[in-house]
Amino acid sequence: MKLFQDLLRDYKFAWGFSVLCLLVIFASLSFFSPYDPTLWGVVPRDMQPSAEHWLGTDSNGQDVFWMASFAVRNSLTIAIIAGVVSRIIAVIVGMVAGYKGGMTDRVLMFFSDSLLVIPLFLIIVMLAMLIRDSMNLVTLGLLLACFGWAWDARLIRSQILSLRERDFTQTAVLSGTGTLRLVLNEYMPYATPLIFSTLINNMAWAIGLEITLAILGLIDLSIPTLGTMLYWAISYQAILLGRWWWLLTPVILSVLLFVALYWLSVSISEYLDPRTRIQRVGVS
Amino acid sequence: MFFRRYLIPRLIQYALVIAIGITAVFFIPRMLPNDPVMRTISELRARGSYLEPGAMDKIIADMTQMYGLEGSTLEQYGAFWTRLLRGDLGVSFFQFPTPVNALIATALPWTAGLLLSTTILSWVLGNILGGFAGYFSHKRWSRTLDAVAMVIRPLPYYIFAFALLLLLTYVVRWFPISGGAGIGHQPGFNLPYIRDVLWHSFLPALSITILGTAAWFQTMKLVVQNVNSENFVQYAKLGGVEESRIVSRYVIRNALLPQITGLGLSLGLIFSGALITEIVFSYPGLGTLLYNAIINGDYNLIMGITVFSIVAITTAVLIVDLLYPLFDPRIRYM
Repeated sequence: MKLFQDLLRDYKFAWGFSVLCLLVIFASLSFFSPYDPTLWGVVPRDMQPSAEHWLGTDSNGQDVFWMASFAVRNSLTIAIIAGVVSRIIAVIVGMVAGYKGGMTDRVLMFFSDSLLVIPLFLIIVMLAMLIRDSMNLVTLGLLLACFGWAWDARLIRSQILSLRERDFTQTAVLSGTGTLRLVLNEYMPYATPLIFSTLINNMAWAIGLEITLAILGLIDLSIPTLGTMLYWAISYQAILLGRWWWLLTPVILSVLLFVALYWLSVSISEYLDPRTRIQRVGVS
Repeated sequence: MFFRRYLIPRLIQYALVIAIGITAVFFIPRMLPNDPVMRTISELRARGSYLEPGAMDKIIADMTQMYGLEGSTLEQYGAFWTRLLRGDLGVSFFQFPTPVNALIATALPWTAGLLLSTTILSWVLGNILGGFAGYFSHKRWSRTLDAVAMVIRPLPYYIFAFALLLLLTYVVRWFPISGGAGIGHQPGFNLPYIRDVLWHSFLPALSITILGTAAWFQTMKLVVQNVNSENFVQYAKLGGVEESRIVSRYVIRNALLPQITGLGLSLGLIFSGALITEIVFSYPGLGTLLYNAIINGDYNLIMGITVFSIVAITTAVLIVDLLYPLFDPRIRYM
């Protein structure tokens, strides 16, 4: 908790955290929604924002406000699934590569470097096309998790590399601590803040790709997410027809979400080590 | 030394990365339970498009060949590479007998033009602004720029593009909504056509450039702040060298090196982002081609674009990496 209080003193963390909390509250409003998000035509179409429909209604006959709260909830769910699962992969790869070194290290890092260089987006699009029928929140999260670990595994590896050279590693090994225990008990506490800040970055990345895939029409379009809201707004020509509230709502929500996540991650990594900020903002 | 120590391992890595990428393209359809050929056929039918039996057979045969589904997996893999090495990406299903190569060739100049100009422009702008902002980091304008960058930096291209689109085409009504070139102009080297292209490319280019500039600005500012504390900068200041000369000749030049590596690393991301931006603005490049391929279920075209992009991006990264020693006199492989 001391850590949390220290972080809150940074205005970036405080703002990011408050905005994220507001978005989570907004998302949890969806549990009390008067409308079913999967049905069409539950309210009059294409209404301007009014007292009855705060953010207007869309051409599918849905209330934009309630649709948006479902959208934020689902986008966050995808991001958390993708973030947590890819963290597990990144931690395992990073720790094994960093601790074992040698050939194992080279092979694992070669794979993660390849993932960094190849335009992954197209490979993800190919995969998404093939499993389009069984695409739901969980499969999308897992799909993104398979590709989102490379850079973070590298960061964790370099942390482990430096820990391995420290004296306490020698002491632990000489006094008979097993590898697994050494890694879990001694290294994990050092790596945890780093894992947390990469988790936030990864969530932002996953939301971004979710929106991308949705714009391409590659996820189940009946599930409201930030991406599918944008998809429908685009495909009904909301811009040309002057229905600005329909497009503006997901755009503003995404901007808030991305900026909040980014500020949290910058603040945490600055707190960890001002120098890592160079790497953070460089390639995220 | 240069060849043994640097060039050859780097070339091997280049070849291996391409091999892994293309192997992924080969195995992805095979890892999945459904048969991609029959899947595409049933999608065709579900859309109600009528195909003559002859054409259907041709498509099945062609797809079986494209997926290389004849023979054992190993033979298929070999055949797949043989065709790729001949530069044959097959034919598009939805613009039937047009080869994928031809479609990519039409769209490529648009994407290459957009990417090249915006990447170079934003890299240069971001580094100059970031360099000065980092050197004069206590000044007010420097902090303002930093605050602006903190807000727009995390936005994905298309979200930013939507925001710009809403602002400029709907609120201010300055820009046409979409398209690469208007109807009625002959493509060619005449003034109205060129002006039209520039006009329509402006908004996608603007959104990529602004976001790119923000990203380079931030890293550059941090690197410069680090370089600033080094002895040679202090020494130059004490020696009475003009500040503008210190920034441009000593600080920025030293800080540029990690930025060149960064350029290589981020090319893939910039490329993916640009594809989506193209879709948002209906700009007729590879992104829009990909979008149409996805809508039509034109799997052959998607595979073609993917293979092409993997080769193009890894080659670009290789070139940036090989140019690196030219910029850093401390690295002498020769």
